Amino acid sequence: MSGGVDSSVAAALLAQQGHEVIGLSMQLYDQSGGGDGLRFGTCCTLDDLHDARRVAARIGFPHYIVNFEEKFAETVVSDFVREYASGRTPIPCVHCNGDLKFSMLVERAAGFDADFVATGHYARVERDDESGRYRLLRGADAAKDQSYFLFTLSQAQLAHAIFPIGALDKSQVRDQARELGLDVAEKPDSHEICFVPDGDHAAFLADRGAAASEGAIVDSAGRQVGRHDGIHRFTVGQRKGLGLSTGIPLYVIGLNAEAGSVTVGTRGDLEKTAARASGVNWVAGVASAAGTRVTAQIRHRHPPAAAVIRHAGENEVSVEFVQPQVAIAPGQALVIYDGDEVLGGGWID
Amino acid sequence: MLSSKIHMRVYFDHNATTPVDPLVAEAVVRALSTEFGNASSVHHFGQQAKGVLDDARSSVARLIGGEPSEVVFTSGGTEADNFALRGVAEALESTGRRHLIASSIEHEAILTTLKALTRRGWRTTLLPVGASGVVSPDALRDGLSDQTALVSVMHANNEIGTIQPVFELARLAHERGALFHTDAVQSVGKIPVDVRALGADLLSLSAHKFYGPKGAGALWIKRGTRVSAILTGGKHERNRRAGTENVPAVAGFGVAARIAMSKLTADANRLSALRDRLEQTVLARVHGTAINGARDARVPNTTNISFEGIEAESLLIALDLEGIAVSTGSACSSGTLEPSHVLRAMGLPTHRTQNSIRISLGSGNTDAEVDYFLEQLPKVVEKLRMVTGVRR
Repeated sequence: MSGGVDSSVAAALLAQQGHEVIGLSMQLYDQSGGGDGLRFGTCCTLDDLHDARRVAARIGFPHYIVNFEEKFAETVVSDFVREYASGRTPIPCVHCNGDLKFSMLVERAAGFDADFVATGHYARVERDDESGRYRLLRGADAAKDQSYFLFTLSQAQLAHAIFPIGALDKSQVRDQARELGLDVAEKPDSHEICFVPDGDHAAFLADRGAAASEGAIVDSAGRQVGRHDGIHRFTVGQRKGLGLSTGIPLYVIGLNAEAGSVTVGTRGDLEKTAARASGVNWVAGVASAAGTRVTAQIRHRHPPAAAVIRHAGENEVSVEFVQPQVAIAPGQALVIYDGDEVLGGGWID
Repeated sequence: MLSSKIHMRVYFDHNATTPVDPLVAEAVVRALSTEFGNASSVHHFGQQAKGVLDDARSSVARLIGGEPSEVVFTSGGTEADNFALRGVAEALESTGRRHLIASSIEHEAILTTLKALTRRGWRTTLLPVGASGVVSPDALRDGLSDQTALVSVMHANNEIGTIQPVFELARLAHERGALFHTDAVQSVGKIPVDVRALGADLLSLSAHKFYGPKGAGALWIKRGTRVSAILTGGKHERNRRAGTENVPAVAGFGVAARIAMSKLTADANRLSALRDRLEQTVLARVHGTAINGARDARVPNTTNISFEGIEAESLLIALDLEGIAVSTGSACSSGTLEPSHVLRAMGLPTHRTQNSIRISLGSGNTDAEVDYFLEQLPKVVEKLRMVTGVRR
């Protein structure tokens, strides 16, 4: 329970349906602002935990905070830092789901005799009675769908997962919260990366000594056209912050960690007709066949695009898009769907 | 169906806080309603409130063998500890004694206050403890210097219950001209505490640890001891602690002190027998368990047990889901858990600082509750070990 409206309603709905609910909030990072103890009101007074506790108290189920700080730092944060330093654009939420919520949390829950772990994700799980396999589906609210962030889940993980709000629209979730008298009903959605203060990831990386040094901005022919102050400040497709004054709009089309350079080009240069990903998880446990017509999504909130699978292995996949896609960024996920169903996904090379 | 499994609620966390005695609650309500005056007022209502404070001050003084004029009421143990450290530091600053000593197993009220004083130029020394969880007089002898202003060592430790050799430590401090403070929050009401016999100059206590209300505590200050006020304002508490007295809480504090005196010995004997039975049965029934700290010199109600291959955080939650309330003894106010600084100071390996729970019994606990705990615990531990075993 993050203290937001989605996980609050998810928990409340389950309790209403008669399930025994145990509320768990993950403590993931130190809030004390440097730990010198001189900044008032930071440690242990988190409003989000306060909100989660109040929901549990109102609905009437126990609530606990589990401390995953160490694991979070080891996996999610360190990956985030490493990825940016190597010129990629990471998605920490995927690791948090796979490494924490649906592994450590599931393990804890089993210790408490719980059969399932429920989260406030906009996604759905269905069991196919014939095959006995679990299918991971998009949330019913297309604008809020979070299945993209769940592509690493295995059959074993899906077997213990419940997404109680997956069939609802955001507006219905808020209605439910109001009906249940939850204070979080009007709480704004969070969009930023939870552990990066003020959404300033460059400062966050600099604090961890992982900020890249300045370097050259080059065009696609390798000619220097400007300077930048660290590749970690850029992602493929970015237009702002380049500080270039040219007649035509220029975009970041590539990042080279070894050379420390940012490559820029026109919008046309951003278009790609193919994408390749590694570290692939096939949700059903088997790779899709080459030639299969699918839809593929190259980032969250990006329209799914018609594509054909060119090659699919146990750990890697490549697809060809029917229409060229703009700004395919290494480090983001390539998630492959059949309609609403997540077939699998991997990390864009 | 988890909650349906809860047959009973068992409270084994009396070192965190205790339920108030009904007589205490009555006194608190009386002071909130009929005896509502401001104790500084001259009129009848003021005198009535003043009378309540005087009564309580006498009772608290008697409980610890001090004089009523030596008892300064505070908002609790933390304020009393702050008062002792900051008050002495300020009063002795001009003497050039700029060194403070405490044990490494003190409560955060002491440790964090020392850190704050360090930032203001005070030198601090934390005395080590061995695996017994007891400070050795030799360690203090080594730490003392002619610059030492104050030595603060707790009477009983809150996490493991070990009783510190306060008398001997106080004598050593005095030999070098230093003052001696003891945080007796976890001993007062559990074992006999006599300020003269302990030889201390200052002693902190807290009402809610022995069936009194929260929000009331005291610092006992031996007559003639140099301490500056840290809360300044009106002339309350003989100029030593400004602010309108919390008469209701103090009224309850007084009643709790009287009750504690009357049943101290009987309670201590009963609880130590209950605790020892609990401990022995756990050690016999659950493999991979060990008691943390010395077992001889302990307050009678406390035990701290380590469970191999288990995270205390999970054990705590799993027991709570069975209706049993215990703690790790070191919980941040948000409810999250950190490795115990006490167990770490005792030199226990990291895994043991994170797999230990504290059980602290109290007046209301019964044989049947201990039986219920002993029946549930092995099942819970086995389940947790099985689950973590599968994945690691």
